[in-house]
Amino acid sequence: MKTAGVAARRSTAYDPDMTETLSVQVWRGSERGAFVAYSVPRRASQTVLDVVTHIQRRIDASLSYRFACRVGMCGSCAMTVNGRPRWTCRTHVDRVAKNGDLTIAPLRNLPVIKDLAVDMREFFDKWARAKGQFQPTASRRDGFAVVRPDSAARKQADAGIECIGCGVCHAACDVVAWNRDYLGPAALNRAWTLFSDTRDGGQATRLAAVAGDAGCHACHSHQSCQEHCPKHLNPTASIAGLKRAAAWAALKGQI
Amino acid sequence: MASGHRNHPTYWAFVLHRVSGLALALFLPVHFYVLAFAIEGEAALDGFLRWSAQPPVKIAEALLIVLLAAHLTGGLRVLAVEFLPWRDWQKTLVAAAGGLSVLVGLAFFLVAS
Repeated sequence: MKTAGVAARRSTAYDPDMTETLSVQVWRGSERGAFVAYSVPRRASQTVLDVVTHIQRRIDASLSYRFACRVGMCGSCAMTVNGRPRWTCRTHVDRVAKNGDLTIAPLRNLPVIKDLAVDMREFFDKWARAKGQFQPTASRRDGFAVVRPDSAARKQADAGIECIGCGVCHAACDVVAWNRDYLGPAALNRAWTLFSDTRDGGQATRLAAVAGDAGCHACHSHQSCQEHCPKHLNPTASIAGLKRAAAWAALKGQI
Repeated sequence: MASGHRNHPTYWAFVLHRVSGLALALFLPVHFYVLAFAIEGEAALDGFLRWSAQPPVKIAEALLIVLLAAHLTGGLRVLAVEFLPWRDWQKTLVAAAGGLSVLVGLAFFLVAS
């Protein structure tokens, strides 16, 4: 009976089409190092983070990597999986492992501390350089700010506000690879969401901070950031917004 | 080159724009060199024009026209990305720029042949 067969297959933990084991290459070392091969049992609904965790807990406890929430909220588990930057906790092995092969490396464009853990300081320092802090214009004694949800500025901020700071866009960006000082998609996206915040008072200094040589105008619109953003945000659109705003501000002599 | 994180339409559009620009920059000195035949005399230029009427040269010329059109439409696309409000149909823009370039090349081929 065909239906019973389908039901029986669904109830098993293993897909009969799956390979029994995964052949996993993992980067070991720091900036200098090499890929080391591991064999990991394949499981149903297995994520890339599950694979890394299996290696660390069952095969080699000295493997370093970073994770926290396991549900795509904290942005700490991003790695390069088969050549592409991804959040590993929500990347299913089924989607990325061709013929059961996985290559896992640290994120590109950031210094490697050890194995799969990169130094994120450079990444977040760029947020600070892009004036990514909210500059209040009211005090606690003022009433609540009213920002209409359907206003253009609010919608503009909404489009980029869900960034979890995972660094995937920064790793996917070739302009960052060419110029390590380039602020990068995440920091510029943050600057754009604050630029669109009607309560913020730091617009002129922020625009001046992002309009330099290593700022928004350095973007080549490759759109690799939006292609890879696990939250489906569009930093290229945010950067394009900053380019227009900076151009207008320069024409008006404001920056 | 375009493996892994680079393998998507808008990155290819960037590569095509850059490569066509470089190819056109290399072509320009040759173009001026040939134009200079006109100053040297009618015979030299006519000789070159006869040579250029051969089918392989015509095909190369059509390819050159495609590169020129790709660089123009690609440049207009970049200007639209940078100066007009954002549009979510970026891949459609890339496809339109590419399609238009091929059409221009075909039109040239029809007129020239």
